[in-house]
Amino acid sequence: MTRTDPLDVPRPHAQLHFGVFFQGVNHWTIWSAPDSGSQIDPASFRRVAQTAERGLFDAFFLGEGLRLREVDGRIHDLDVAGRPDAITQLAALAAVTRRIGLVSTSNSTFNEPADLARRLSGLDLLSEGRAGWNVVTTDNAWTGANFRRGGYLDHADRYRRAEEFLTVARALWDGWGDGAIADSAGAREWSVPGAVRRVRHRGPQFDVDLAPTLPRSAQGHPVIFQAGDSGEGRDFAARNADVIFSAHGNDFDDALAFAEDIRTRLRGVGRPDDDLRILPGTEIIIGATEEEAQEKKRWIRLQQVTPATALGIAGLLWGIDLSDRDADGPLPKEDPVVTENDGSFGARRITDPRTVMAEWRAKAEAHGWSLRETVIALGPQRGHVGTPSGLADKFAHFVRHGAIDGFNITPYLIPDGLDDIVDLLVPELQERGIYRTEYTGTTLREHLGLRAPLIHRSAPDRRQAG
Amino acid sequence: MSGPALHLAVEIDGDGAHPAAWRRAAHSPDHLLTPRRVAQVAAIAENAGFTLITLDDGVLPPGASPDAVGRIGAVERAAFIAASTSTIGIAPVVPVTYAEPFHVSGQLASLDHISAGRAGWVVTEEERPEAARAWGRQLIADAAARARESRDGVEVARALWDSWEDDAVIRSVATSRYLDRERLHYIDFTGEAYAVKGPAIVPRPPQGQLVVLGRPDRVPAAHLDVALVEGRELAEVATAAAAAGTPRVFAEVDVALDTPQATAAERVADLERHASWRGRRWLRHVGSADQLVSLLAELSRHVDGVRLHPLVLDEDLPVLSRLVLPALSERRLVARPLPGTSLRSTLGLERPANRFAAAAVAAQEDAR
Repeated sequence: MTRTDPLDVPRPHAQLHFGVFFQGVNHWTIWSAPDSGSQIDPASFRRVAQTAERGLFDAFFLGEGLRLREVDGRIHDLDVAGRPDAITQLAALAAVTRRIGLVSTSNSTFNEPADLARRLSGLDLLSEGRAGWNVVTTDNAWTGANFRRGGYLDHADRYRRAEEFLTVARALWDGWGDGAIADSAGAREWSVPGAVRRVRHRGPQFDVDLAPTLPRSAQGHPVIFQAGDSGEGRDFAARNADVIFSAHGNDFDDALAFAEDIRTRLRGVGRPDDDLRILPGTEIIIGATEEEAQEKKRWIRLQQVTPATALGIAGLLWGIDLSDRDADGPLPKEDPVVTENDGSFGARRITDPRTVMAEWRAKAEAHGWSLRETVIALGPQRGHVGTPSGLADKFAHFVRHGAIDGFNITPYLIPDGLDDIVDLLVPELQERGIYRTEYTGTTLREHLGLRAPLIHRSAPDRRQAG
Repeated sequence: MSGPALHLAVEIDGDGAHPAAWRRAAHSPDHLLTPRRVAQVAAIAENAGFTLITLDDGVLPPGASPDAVGRIGAVERAAFIAASTSTIGIAPVVPVTYAEPFHVSGQLASLDHISAGRAGWVVTEEERPEAARAWGRQLIADAAARARESRDGVEVARALWDSWEDDAVIRSVATSRYLDRERLHYIDFTGEAYAVKGPAIVPRPPQGQLVVLGRPDRVPAAHLDVALVEGRELAEVATAAAAAGTPRVFAEVDVALDTPQATAAERVADLERHASWRGRRWLRHVGSADQLVSLLAELSRHVDGVRLHPLVLDEDLPVLSRLVLPALSERRLVARPLPGTSLRSTLGLERPANRFAAAAVAAQEDAR
C-alpha cells in the first residue's frame, strides 16, 4: 500500500493533524469497564485535554446536545449522556492548557449572534487565539421545545440562518480595528476614538444593531469547523469553513473522493483548494500485533454494542420495539415499519429501512450472525485498527495522497483512551515525518496551517492572507 | 448567630467600580482582556480570603468611558477562574431579560461542575433598550415585564438543575442502562412569554442548586438564596435586610480606601475629573481601612455579608487584602473559605433536596 519513496507522492510534505473529540451522547464511549471514568467530572476533561496536548494535537473538540434523546417518547437510557456546556467547559480548559485548540460545537439555530459570537470571542481571548467553532444547525421542533422561540425554522432555512449568523458573527469579530485599545498606562483614552464599528445588520433572519465588546484575538477569528455531509452542507463548508469534520476517513478511495469533491467546490467559490483542512472523525485501536489489535477491537465492539444497545439500534431500523427480543438470536421476522423521523434520536435519517434490512438479512444468513453480531458487523465501520507502525504507514499514505489532513479522534475510553495514541502512534508518525515534533505556533489557526480569516483576505486595510 | 457573622464578596469586573478606574490601574488598557489579568485578580481575591467573587456583565459594552471599553463574558471568565482557583466562590452576573434560560441554566450548572460546587449566579436585568436591539429581540420596556423575565428565567434554571436527580447516572452493567430514566424529569415550564420542556443536558450541579443572588425587588425572595440589598444609610440597609425574606442577605458597599500613595478622597477626586461615580443607592465608604473595618463590624449585626465594589481594583484590593480582611479575621468577624467546601456550605446554606425526587417519594407515600 505504501510507496517506498515518500517523495513520489502528490503531497510529500503533508502533515497529519490530530484533534480529540470528547464525546457527549453516544454508545461508543465504553462506560462499563473498570477504567471508564466520569463523563462530567472536570478532571476527565483536563486529563484528556492535557494528554492530547502532550501528544501535540491541534484541537480538543466538544459536541453539543440541546435535548436529551428519546425513543418512542421516552428518554433513551442506554447511552452515555449528560455533558457540560461546551464554551463554559472550554473556557476552564483554557486555564489549564497552553497550546491546544479548543473547539466548541454550537448551534446556529438556537443561539443569537450577539451572544454566541461574544462567548466565542471571550474563549478566543482567554485562550490567546485557540478557539474554534463547529457550526451546527437544527430544524426540529422537538429541540425547539427547550427555547423561547420553539420549533420555528424550516429545514430549508437552517443553512440560510447559519450563513447569515456567520456573517453577523464575523462583523462582530471584526468590529474593533487592530490597535483599538491603548497599550500604555498613561493613555488619554481606553480605546482609540472611533475604533469600534457598530454592527447594523438587517436580513431575513436577523435584525440586530450593536457595538461589539471585544477585540480580535491573536488568530483573528475563531477557526470555523463544519460537519454537514449533504451537498448543501459541503457547499456551506466550501464557502465558510476552515475545517471539515467529515465521516470519510476509513476507506482510502472514499476519503480521496470526498477530498476531491471538496477541492472542486473550493475552487468553485474562488478559494485555493488547500484552504480547508479535512479531519474525519475516527476511532483508533492499537495493538502490539495485528492479532492483538483485532482481538481488542472485538472486545471494544462488544462493550459498545451491548445486547440492549443492539436491540435498540435494530429497533430504530425496524420501527418496532424489539427490547424484549434476544439479541443473540436471529433477526426479527417482521417487516420494518417506516416512521417519520421527529429528530428525537439525533439527526441521522434512514432513507429506506427496507433496503438496509434486506442487506442485513442477506449478510446475517450468509455468515450465520446473530442480531447483535449483525449490528456490530454492519453498523458504521468506525476507525482504524492495527499496530503503531502499520497505522503510521497507512496514515502516511492517506495524508500524502491528499485524502485527509488528519483525524478527529474519538477515544473509546475516557479519560485514558488517548494514552496509547500519544505514547505509541505519535512517535511512529513523527519518525515518518508526517507529524510535528513540537508546536511551532501558539494559535489554532497556526497549528492547522490556515490562512487569515476569510473576510480579511480581500479588504486591503486589514491583515492579508498569510 | 454562632461563628463568623460576615461573608465578604468582591466585584472584580473591569478595573474597578469607578467608570474611569482604568486611569489609575497598574496596567495598560490592552492588558485588561488577557487571561493573565483575569487569573491575577482572582488569585489576589482568593488569597485575601474573600468568600465570593462576582463578575459584572451584560450584552452591551460597559458604559465606562466616552469610548468603548471591552469586556469578556462573565460566564467564560468565571469558568477560567474556576479552573485556576481552589476555594473562592465565583458568581457571574447573567441577565435573563433576553437570554435563553435553557442555555443560561446549562452554563451555570457547568460552572458548578467545573468549580466543584463553588458557583453562584447574580441575576440582573438588561435595562437599556439597546440590549433588545443587540439581541434582535422585542424590547421588554416596562419594569414589571423585566421582573417577570427574571422570575421566569430563574424558575426555569432552577427547575432544570433539579431535572436530573443526583443519582440519575446509574451505569448499571447488569441491565445495560447508563441512565435511570425515572430519575430524569421534564420540567414542562409554561410562562406568559415562553415554554421550556427539559430535562437539562447537564447533570445536576454538585451543589444541587447554585447560590442565586439578586435584588429582592426584582426576583421573588423564594427564588433567592442571597438578597443583595441597597440603602445609602445603615438604617436603610438594616430595614431592607430585615424585610428581605431570603436565607442570606448581603449589603452592597462601594469602597475607596486610603493607600500609601494617596488618600481615598484624593483618589476619588482624581477620577471624578473624568467621569462621575454613579450615584448608586448603596453605602459608600471613602476613607481608611480602619474605618471600613468599623463599618463592616457594624453591618455584621444586620446582614450576613457585604459585596464590596472597590473604586480601583489595583489600588483597593491590596489594602483590603493587607489591612481590612486580616483585621476582620482577628476580630473573628470573617473566616476564609476552606478548601473542598462548596459555596453553599461556606454560607451555611443547606444543599437543597431535589424537588422531583421529593415529589416521587411523596407520591409513593400517598399510594400506600
